[in-house]
Amino acid sequence: MTNRRNEDVVMPATASGRAKGQGMSRVVVVGYGPTAHRFIETMRSRGFAGSLTVIGEEPRPAYDRVALTTYLTEDASLEYAVPSGITTRLSTRVTEIDRQAREVVTLDGERVPYDTLVLATGSAPFVPPVPGRGRAFVYRTIDDLEAIREASLGSTHGVVVGGGLLGLEAADALRGLGLKTGIVEIAPWLMPRQVDEGGGSVLKGHIESLGLEVHAGVMLQSIEADTVLLADGRAIPAEVVVFSAGIRPRDELARAADLEVGERGGIAVDAGMRTSDPSIYAIGECALAGGVVYGLVGPCNTMAEVAADRILGGSSTFGGSDLSTKLKLLGVEVAQFGAMEGALDVTYMDPVAGVYKRLFVSDDASTLLGGICVGDASPYTSLKGFVGKPLPASPSDLLFTGGGLSLDLPDDAQVCSCNNICAGTVREAIAEQGLTDVPSIKKCTRAGTTCGSCVPMLKQLLEKSGVEVSKALCEHFDYSRAELFDIVRVRGISTFSELVSTVGTGRGCDICKPAVASILASLNGEHVLTGELAALQDTNDHFLANIQKNGTYSVVPRIPGGEITPDKLIVIGEVARDFGLYTKITGGQRIDLFGARVEQLPQIWARLVEAGFESGHAYGKALRTVKSCVGSTWCRYGVQDSVGLAIALEQRYRGLRSPHKLKSAVSGCARECAEARSKDFGIIATEHGWNLYVAGNGGFKPRHADLLVSDVPTDELIRIIDRFLMFYIRTADRLQRTSTWLESLDGGLDYLRQVVVEDSLGLASELEAQMERHVAGYFDEWRAVLDDPDKLRRFTSFVNAPGVPDPSITFETERQQIKPVLIPLEVVRS
Amino acid sequence: MSTLTWTAVCAFDDLLPERGACALVDGRQIAVFRDFDGAVYAIGNLDPFSGANVLSRGIVGTRMGEPTVASPMHKEVFSLVTGICFDDPEVVVPTYPVQVRDGRVEIAA
Ligand code: SRM
Ligand SMILES: Cc1cc2nc3c(=O)[nH]c(=O)nc-3n(C[C@H](O)[C@H](O)[C@H](O)COP(=O)(O)OP(=O)(O)OC[C@H]3O[C@@H](n4cnc5c(N)ncnc54)[C@H](O)[C@@H]3O)c2cc1C
Ligand code: SF4
Ligand code: FES
Repeated sequence: MTNRRNEDVVMPATASGRAKGQGMSRVVVVGYGPTAHRFIETMRSRGFAGSLTVIGEEPRPAYDRVALTTYLTEDASLEYAVPSGITTRLSTRVTEIDRQAREVVTLDGERVPYDTLVLATGSAPFVPPVPGRGRAFVYRTIDDLEAIREASLGSTHGVVVGGGLLGLEAADALRGLGLKTGIVEIAPWLMPRQVDEGGGSVLKGHIESLGLEVHAGVMLQSIEADTVLLADGRAIPAEVVVFSAGIRPRDELARAADLEVGERGGIAVDAGMRTSDPSIYAIGECALAGGVVYGLVGPCNTMAEVAADRILGGSSTFGGSDLSTKLKLLGVEVAQFGAMEGALDVTYMDPVAGVYKRLFVSDDASTLLGGICVGDASPYTSLKGFVGKPLPASPSDLLFTGGGLSLDLPDDAQVCSCNNICAGTVREAIAEQGLTDVPSIKKCTRAGTTCGSCVPMLKQLLEKSGVEVSKALCEHFDYSRAELFDIVRVRGISTFSELVSTVGTGRGCDICKPAVASILASLNGEHVLTGELAALQDTNDHFLANIQKNGTYSVVPRIPGGEITPDKLIVIGEVARDFGLYTKITGGQRIDLFGARVEQLPQIWARLVEAGFESGHAYGKALRTVKSCVGSTWCRYGVQDSVGLAIALEQRYRGLRSPHKLKSAVSGCARECAEARSKDFGIIATEHGWNLYVAGNGGFKPRHADLLVSDVPTDELIRIIDRFLMFYIRTADRLQRTSTWLESLDGGLDYLRQVVVEDSLGLASELEAQMERHVAGYFDEWRAVLDDPDKLRRFTSFVNAPGVPDPSITFETERQQIKPVLIPLEVVRS
Repeated sequence: MSTLTWTAVCAFDDLLPERGACALVDGRQIAVFRDFDGAVYAIGNLDPFSGANVLSRGIVGTRMGEPTVASPMHKEVFSLVTGICFDDPEVVVPTYPVQVRDGRVEIAA
């Protein structure tokens, strides 16, 4: 063992370990999956200084198997970082354990000596012995996925055998690869281990509505060249067949070495993860702990930590683990927690909405035992922590109000099952480290970093700790903007008065009125100054200009894509000169004219409109600019006409009102002169089409946009942007830019892609139609004002003295232009 | 008993419901508001936080039932009844008597 001088490095129990005849200097791990990774990471972070060797048969270091499916949809690397000081042997299979010699033997005959051996061999998919099984694939490793992807090329039909959690995930993957996909499940309904019959039937409805075929309650007979035959005589077309019929622990090495194994498989271990040979441990999916083989990362990680602690001389134990699951498959939430039966149960079922929820409680209805949810997993989020504890409310209240109820989780309630983190730990971290968002909770506690299903709970804990305020818009509405949007849309509400009298109180304020104005504008497309709408607008929208610190306004005509003719430039110059306005080129590739008084605005705009300009909506929560670089027309590097596309996009989305402002840019090649990746939607030209990036932001908290789709042709690009924008407009909070919206979306970029690219919610055509209505209904707001004497009347400084300029507005000169003279605040307040 | 001098500033119909307008009375800028129920209020137009004459252009609403306007500059909210700022009760803007007679809005300032 190397000697370390650093006294901070803890090497617990080196001595006691030796004393027990358990030298620990050479630790060898067989299998390099997620559990092995957690083990070596724990050993290293706890200061183990001996030699650590990991031998894995896959050609790569451990990777995040839970996220395996994303390997097909994203280029993202799933591999974990290899901790330093580890010897890794990849593409190396161990074939024998020589317990006498304390060596493991690899397929090449190499012998690797150990003092302590850790088996982390995981499990292998079970392939039932049906004729033709050799033609089928399994779904477990990156190599499996590669093989499936290759086989899908040129194929049209696929079948997944097994309708459990992994089977549905595999079916989704096949669907994503363009195959018409069927699922064969021997049990009478899907996901029999997580849901009951009622839940299964609701789940089936969801899955079928996505175009997948479900064949439940039937056995597979055989696999033929292009079909699979079922026991009931049916033949289903399938060139690609994937087995997902359960897993079996890989205990073959242990068996051959005469270690104790379970009757139905699994390497038997004690609470300290030790096998029947004291120098051999088994952890993860290959281990049989307390009579159970665990198939979820949470318990596997805990086992890894227990074994590491034991090897380092500690005494922690593995006492079994929660098998709760929550996932979103094909856009459907499915969750199960605690027991799947109980003396009493309460069921809520809505087959039309596709929701099924059931809670199991003790015979005196006082203790929560478990629950099943399909279509709406909110009870999982709010109730999982109460399993085995007194019910926080009546069972039916809990079911009906679902996630709406915010309950105080007990400190010892497990929040993140993947990483075994309790509510108390998260609360402590929030309080002590002053955390204010989910990413920092993830960083500090590790909660939420694996499957992500506990993120809503983390959010809840944050909110509860007082970090985030309630989602109620203001004192007048108990709803979030997204909820109000749906209320307005579904009930066909067209005025603020109608809305506030039906679902609100009072007469509104500066928070809810502009928000409702924006919702009404997105849905109805009326002029913002029509009728009662006028009273809802912020001063900027009310005067169709941006207010400045001295009460004057600025004027920003639209200059789509930043392209402008010399003639139009001259008009802007003349208007600015004639009205004495301060003139500046903006960061958005257009020109801002400052210092106009309200009564001057119509005169200024009359000139601009006559010259062919229209409102640039610089004053609105609306599309601002689509910036462009010079692109392929002039630039020697450009591969597409970025200016042409930018103009087309700006003209398509101009006037679109949204929860916050929207910015875009188009770059003609990867050099990215238009800075598209800092925009809400940015487009970068490629040789083959366009790459679309979304949810970028400059401003307060910069964020680079994420790639949503690549190499798409123009028409498809526009279709996806249409959907993206409308989905954002529908679901974002007030003043939430696309960046923060995406970060708050459950399921993040993947979910967004499912909705707007793969149309998992079946919303695409509705979103597109809504955008078409916007495009068709567009008109220039300023021209409409100039044509309407009633609206024009409002543009006066004084109601009793129209035409009189506000005498309190004065200017001085700086660099040959005007500059406001402000009244000192001492004077104002005295 | 002092008598008030009333100055007619505009027709009641010139005021939009829940929107303000500014009147120039003896060189003083007065913001006049009509609320949803037709009540009329008058306060000073000068925003004490920004020093700009803009309160008449704020959004009209209610706070716990009391009629309010929010400054369009930085959104401080003032009571239309008392002129007191909800966000900083130390700050008060002047209020003026106002009445509607024969369809005309009159202010005593
Ligand atoms: C004029 C301009 C500065 C300039 O002289 O270049 C400007 C001026 C203002 N910006 Fe800006 N922004 C301008 C480009 C930008 C940019 C750069 C860009 O668009 O390429 C950014 C960063 C990019 C981004 O938005 O992601 C930018 C980030 C902001 C922010 C922070 C947004 C955020 O998400 O954090 C605000 C505040 C807000 O909107 O809430 C803001 C708000 C404002 C307001 C509206 C503040 C206000 O309420 O008075 C300014 C008034 C403009 C006016 O009166 O006409 N401005 N602002 C630019 C107008 C561009 C245009 O033609 O429309
Ligand atoms: C598609 C998919 C989705 C999943 N989703 C979830 C989820 O949402 N939530 C959840 O909790 N769990 C999920 N799981 C399960 C989770 O991935 C496993 O619990 C976890 O991978 C177990 O880790 P492990 O290291 O014990 O075993 P494994 O991941 O199986 O790793 C064992 C490794 O050992 C290697 N190996 C085996 N024998 C030898 C040998 N003799 N010599 C050398 N190397 C050997 C194997 O090749 C393998 O690389 C999912 C699994 C899959 C496949
Ligand atoms: S982004 Fe590319 S095409 Fe556009 S100006 Fe820059 S180099 Fe030229
Ligand atoms: S429960 Fe999976 S990351 Fe927390």
